[in-house]
Amino acid sequence: MSGATLLKESGPREVFCGLTSIVWLHRRMPDAFFLVVGSRTCAHLIQSAAGVMIFAEPRFGTAILEERDLAGLADAHDELNRVVKNLLSRRPEIKTLFLVGSCPSEVIKIDLSRVAENLNIELKGQVTVLNYSGSGIETTFTQGEDGALKALIPLMPTSDQKKLLLVGTLANAVEDRLTSIFNRLGIENVESFPPRQSTELPSIGPETKVLLTQPYLTDTARELKNKGAEIIEAPFPLGVTGSTLWIQAAANSFGIEKSLVDSILNPLISRAKQALAPHVEKLSGKKLFLLPESQLEIPLARFLSNECGMEIIEIGTPYLNRDLMKAEIDLLPPDCRIVEGQHVEKQLDRVRDSSPDLVVCGMGLANPLEAEGISTKWSIEMVFSPIHGIDQASDLAELFSRPLRRHDILNPKTFTSN
Amino acid sequence: MELTLWTYEGPPHIGAMRIATSMKKLHYVLHAPQGDTYADLLFTMIERRGSRPPVTYTTFQARDLGGDTAELVKGHLKEAVDRFNPEALLVGESCTAELIQDQPGSLAKGMGFNIPIVSLELPAYSKKENWGGSETFYQIVRNLLKDHSEESKQSWQEEKRRPRVNLLGPTLLGFRCRDDILEIQKLLGQHGIDINVVAPLGASPADIIRIPDADVNVCLYPEIAESTCIWLERNLNIPFTTTVPLGVGATQDFLRELHEVLGMEIPQSVNESNNSKLTWYSNSVDSNYLTGKRVFIFGDGTHALAAARIANEELGFKVVGLGTYSREMARKVRPAAKALGLEALITNDYLEVEEAIKETSPELVLGTQMERHSAKRLGIPCAVISTPMHVQDVPARYSPQMGWEGANVIFDDWVHPLMMGLEEHLIGMFKHDFEFVDGHQSHLGHLGGKGNQNVNQEVKTKISSDSTTSTAEPIWTNEGERELSKIPFFVRGKVRRNTENYARQAGCREINEETLYDAKAHYKA
Repeated sequence: MSGATLLKESGPREVFCGLTSIVWLHRRMPDAFFLVVGSRTCAHLIQSAAGVMIFAEPRFGTAILEERDLAGLADAHDELNRVVKNLLSRRPEIKTLFLVGSCPSEVIKIDLSRVAENLNIELKGQVTVLNYSGSGIETTFTQGEDGALKALIPLMPTSDQKKLLLVGTLANAVEDRLTSIFNRLGIENVESFPPRQSTELPSIGPETKVLLTQPYLTDTARELKNKGAEIIEAPFPLGVTGSTLWIQAAANSFGIEKSLVDSILNPLISRAKQALAPHVEKLSGKKLFLLPESQLEIPLARFLSNECGMEIIEIGTPYLNRDLMKAEIDLLPPDCRIVEGQHVEKQLDRVRDSSPDLVVCGMGLANPLEAEGISTKWSIEMVFSPIHGIDQASDLAELFSRPLRRHDILNPKTFTSN
Repeated sequence: MELTLWTYEGPPHIGAMRIATSMKKLHYVLHAPQGDTYADLLFTMIERRGSRPPVTYTTFQARDLGGDTAELVKGHLKEAVDRFNPEALLVGESCTAELIQDQPGSLAKGMGFNIPIVSLELPAYSKKENWGGSETFYQIVRNLLKDHSEESKQSWQEEKRRPRVNLLGPTLLGFRCRDDILEIQKLLGQHGIDINVVAPLGASPADIIRIPDADVNVCLYPEIAESTCIWLERNLNIPFTTTVPLGVGATQDFLRELHEVLGMEIPQSVNESNNSKLTWYSNSVDSNYLTGKRVFIFGDGTHALAAARIANEELGFKVVGLGTYSREMARKVRPAAKALGLEALITNDYLEVEEAIKETSPELVLGTQMERHSAKRLGIPCAVISTPMHVQDVPARYSPQMGWEGANVIFDDWVHPLMMGLEEHLIGMFKHDFEFVDGHQSHLGHLGGKGNQNVNQEVKTKISSDSTTSTAEPIWTNEGERELSKIPFFVRGKVRRNTENYARQAGCREINEETLYDAKAHYKA
């Protein structure tokens, strides 16, 4: 590992729980429904984070536990059964139903796997019922996707077909673009997981090479490995360098000639660098502080420091998986400070003390920091925006240069021309 | 277990957070897992607050559950008091912490802090946000005033000073509370009545202790303040007003009630018609077209009740639906609906509300942001009158709902989504001209030509299914369809259903022009 300083901190945290992943998972798989088994708080969290009102009938909901469900677990299981059947009769288009565990359902130990098993027997394959936990006592924000994908793995058919499997939710357009680049390199068989339809799961076997698109898929990666797949080690496809190394790692693994890879990637790289230039000008030398939330903090810091010239004050991360992050940490500038976990008050003290130019943080903290004159970027935007790949590098940089540009427009007096 | 796709109210600890964040120099230690910190964004994003809610979440994790979570809670309590140095501390738990029973309130009381500790018990599995807000405010007031000695208090007349009142109930994430307080302060100032304390919004624990200095409490938002007002009346002999000054009539009633309770003479100016422009605007000739406009009302109890009165008495609308998501207010909403010849809709299910809107075919919906979306889908204009809050409900401009200016705002907000009177008249005159595109609307909230397309599509599918399926269903003739198309699109669906019902009852196989008129006469009779 490089000279990064790894620290741990504990205390009050300000991080979403894994339920929040539903917000993008339901868009990725429109034939799936996510039913949280939880409290009114869970329902309120998801609707607050997702802007639910724009949907006539959203593809996610909450089975809200009531006083009497807490009294007897047997009844709670029957109740859930009833709620599920009700839902399925009203929504016949649902092909896969995820029962999503929450803090309260975990604490009272509702056995969602048993409920799912019984329902699968009763429904005879018309709908597949799966379960995972998105509870805040076990998972943060993006870890919910890890749980959902892990739950799908046992359903993946086996095959000996040689293929590249991209794992982690990508924007559809980005997925198409990356696939076409791999095709040009001669990797013909490229599939994605999660798929666009929950029922069209890719097959997997010893000839499957897995390339992770997102850094938060610890359990999914392990399960895929257990199924015989090979996990290609690479940094994550954010920025020009990260994406190039990521594509090259796959090409190497498929034994593709370096000269072919270079001839295809080099024009993309030089074009991307050109597009990146105006943002680099804006970002270069600016101080960046990343608060923990999406788990994308380390790859983002790597991109913003190495390719955009930002000075990293601190990288917060909800948790640190050293294996998955190894390639990323190796690329970080020396003496980079990585803090795993959080004490939000102490961390905000450090933010104020270091007077950063930009802070990446959650939605709850953004306006209070803006009110103190500190520009911010919401981390939740990273999981909604098409930011992966060489071609997207300038769009990714733009997400960070825009708040600085805006700050300059609105505060012309403090504008320092250079 | 209840299947919920969307909910009007959050859990009760969100109500507690609304009180804590509305107040100053107060801190709330909430025993809750990390996901519950989402609640901060309600205040920093929806209300655009430039400061974090004064809330410390204990953010316990699964691995803490095996150990001593009580110690964890105590650590957070100590740190919060040291760091924030509040005048009083609220201690409570969210849904998950309620299950592990650490009793953080008792823990806090045993730690020797020299500030008042208010311990909250908010049953997360049976109660909701407004109840939690009301209970929290009540517990704060009770705790801070429990040692208040009721020494011989003198009336304002005896003390030879101006009367003074408290304004109780306004909170963050409450509908237009920020501006309502200013409007009511202005209104009472004009009548020589001073404001003693406004709470919870903007009040510190020290202000709460000053509550008994007032002669009367004004209960502005019963959802939050009624239980507190009742307690203050019973224990500290402070009477309170019950009229909520929303609309011209209610503002007049409120002023009369307040003057009476204070023992003041009611000034003639209260009854004058030019206090608010609503009265004249509603009387002006352009507003003739508002007569009998069908309006569907749904919201929190207070705003739904007020809207029904304003719609019915001050704008001359016809209220065709009235309901609330607030079960605590059902007792008041039911008789109000009955008085309008309706059955109140009491539900937390927005799909049920949408069904009710469809069923009643209103020309205007007054609802929450959710009804705004439902109405948009149905192509019906809508104005938002109630929480749950949306970033649009916190406008930059001064925009109260209460008092005289509030009535002005209400007139504009409710009438602008409708087509203007002269416009409607002209369209009525010229709608058979070839240039005229049916469904064209110049104003907000309409789908315009698009809404009409939907209706046309509906017509086409209906025709084709009729021609191929059962013979028991009455069939629309071309002549019948032509006549139907002349009916304004927003009532067309209802007329279609009614006519088909009539045709079935009357045993008609075909629906022609005459059947339409027969049905119309039948239902008018």
